[in-house]
Amino acid sequence: MSPSADPRWSEALAHLPDYLGSHVRVSVTALALGLLVSLPLAIAARNRPVLRTALLGLASVVQTVPGLALLALFYPLLLALAALTATWLGFSFSAFGFLPAVLALALYSMLPVLRNTITGLSGVDPAVLEAAQGVGMTPRQSLTMVELPLALPVMMAGIRTAAVWVIGTATLSTPIGQTSLGNYIFAGLQTQNWVFVLFGCFAAAVLALVVDQLLALIENGLRNRSRTRTAFGGLGIAALIAVTLVPALARPHARYVVGAKTFTEQYVLSALLAQRLQSAGLPATTRAGLGSNVIFDALAAGDIDVYVDYSGTLWANQFHHTDVRPRAELLGELKTTLGKQNITLFGELGFENAYALVMPRKRADELGIHSIADLASRAATMSIAGDYEFFSRPEWAGIRKAYGLTFRAQRTMQPDFMYAAVASGEVDVIAGYTSDGLIAKYDLVTLADDRHAIPPYDAIVLLSPQRRDDEAFKAALQPLLGKIGIAAMREANLRASGNDASSSPDAVARWLWEKVGPK
Amino acid sequence: MPATPLIAYAHVGKSFDDGRVVAVDDVSLDVAEGEFLAIVGGSGSGKTTLLRLANRLIEADRGRIAVEGDDVSRIDPIQLRRRIGYVFQSGGLFPHLSVAGNIGITPKLLGWPQAEISARVDELLDLVRLDRAQYRDRLPHELSGGQRQRVGVARALAAKPRIVLMDEPFGALDPLTRDALGDDYRTLHRALGLTTVMITHDMTEALLLADRVAVMHGGKLLAQGTPAELSASTDSYVGELLRTPRRQAERLGALLPRDGTA
Repeated sequence: MSPSADPRWSEALAHLPDYLGSHVRVSVTALALGLLVSLPLAIAARNRPVLRTALLGLASVVQTVPGLALLALFYPLLLALAALTATWLGFSFSAFGFLPAVLALALYSMLPVLRNTITGLSGVDPAVLEAAQGVGMTPRQSLTMVELPLALPVMMAGIRTAAVWVIGTATLSTPIGQTSLGNYIFAGLQTQNWVFVLFGCFAAAVLALVVDQLLALIENGLRNRSRTRTAFGGLGIAALIAVTLVPALARPHARYVVGAKTFTEQYVLSALLAQRLQSAGLPATTRAGLGSNVIFDALAAGDIDVYVDYSGTLWANQFHHTDVRPRAELLGELKTTLGKQNITLFGELGFENAYALVMPRKRADELGIHSIADLASRAATMSIAGDYEFFSRPEWAGIRKAYGLTFRAQRTMQPDFMYAAVASGEVDVIAGYTSDGLIAKYDLVTLADDRHAIPPYDAIVLLSPQRRDDEAFKAALQPLLGKIGIAAMREANLRASGNDASSSPDAVARWLWEKVGPK
Repeated sequence: MPATPLIAYAHVGKSFDDGRVVAVDDVSLDVAEGEFLAIVGGSGSGKTTLLRLANRLIEADRGRIAVEGDDVSRIDPIQLRRRIGYVFQSGGLFPHLSVAGNIGITPKLLGWPQAEISARVDELLDLVRLDRAQYRDRLPHELSGGQRQRVGVARALAAKPRIVLMDEPFGALDPLTRDALGDDYRTLHRALGLTTVMITHDMTEALLLADRVAVMHGGKLLAQGTPAELSASTDSYVGELLRTPRRQAERLGALLPRDGTA
């Protein structure tokens, strides 16, 4: 099949105005804010060695924080701040998406701007500074007429570096709810849609290059005192912003937002929920790739309207329970607890996506391992792999405690690669998910949890406080409850992790609805 | 000599590094209107500090400095600098500004109308003998050392100051250029009725250009006077400084025939 005929390209293209527009908006705002803060700071610091050292040190420290972590840190921070302002000042703001992304990226942009501005200003020949003083310039005139123009090339180099960094790092703002070109990359990686991954990377790279060149044009114009070049560069940037604003303005405002976490099943289910809402005439969009620490708070704050979570996850992570209850009791308890926060536990979808320890069937049979208890005696010679959060989750502590497990080594992996890794023998055991289609594909087995260390993980639909009494909304989602069995979900997940044209979350969601919807 | 000098130093002192380095030590010196004074001294003699105290590029610790009758410590240093021309060592031109931009800078700071600045720039280019059309829009790095220093002189004169301070203005130039520039400046000094204070480490240059020469050594003013007065000085350092030009004059006199065209 030729690439142009692959529908994934046209699907990717269809998202471009939204993703690119959001990406440019968040990057440009962050860069502008970063400049607004860094430039005056750098100018103030040029003659103050202590301040200069402190600023550069601080900015360097910020730079060593990985972009993803920096972005993720701003979400709870702002959430706490929003709660404070709500209590004390009577207003609140959305700590989701745009604001934390802008703040984190602005902070990220500061180092190159600070460093280059300070370097540029301190590199001005002292004889020239003396001349500026000698001809009768005030310190301010010396700064604007002599020092800044002379430092400009070095400063602009810093600004260009910052712009490229910000545009690149903005792809990581997807998990905190800011739509960006990262949506392609996160969705593509999770659903093995390499077309999306490539498309996202390519779009971000092109954007970074274009902005860099426009800034170079402005720099060139300023340096050679060419108004035309400066104006062209400025117009280019303005045009870029204007073009990306158009789809945002044209977009209808009243829309429902379906959230999804960062794995395949969530992409498929959010697509399915959005399709159901749309077919009921409710404008809906998805906000996929949200971190699991972000998504619940986003629902509680009303930044998203609905998403699918798992009973055991909420039980252990959100409400910090360490005991394991029978599933009905656990669901009942959850419903009450969630109700106190005005969150509606709308119902179960009908399958469970529990953590399970998974091994290749053949190896398990050879070793006579059928349950986690059987594994315990051999674990010391084995290695285990889990997703990014598994080993810090209370379930893992629970399993280890219940069975006394100690492994030789433990590794974290991107979930979609774990199954191949355990099938090939690269690791001995993985912490997989019971609904994952790859279990069947690679002929793996899930080990029995006789001691009930792992809580039940029923897939449940949660509604935000403002949708509690939205009858049209609830009616549109009602037909899904109790309809999606483990076999259907496994097959859907397997389809979605394929790397072909029919494996996009939307296509799989349509297939799933065909299969489980009313005939 | 008129009753009020244009620049008057009275018991002026300046030290650096919390008093550890005494740059200027109790110096009293008057510069009369229309006078061309050269301050001669080696490096570290305090001559540059003494010059910069006059337009408050450096602030005095002790004593009183009056410029055109005003105590400089009581007037705005920015306004003071704008009414005094200053020629820097090797030009000190702003590398990002054209010749015209450099020359017109002080008038621009003073808020002159653009047309007036432009006319003044042309006038000054004529005065320092640089072709208007050819040099107006050039950047400093496109000029020779001598041309740069001519622009430096033009910039100092732009706002029509009565006083010009010169910090080793011709030091870095080749002998021919230096000679030509010195002569040209001397002519300007006379024609415009300027009061000039020039510092130099070269006694020959000082004697040839200035009306009066002051000798600085170790922060102290050792001697001052016309060349003739100076040669009567009993100070050994002054004598040493005068020995070189004397010997050069004798040798040149012997080497070059009197009726030569040189």
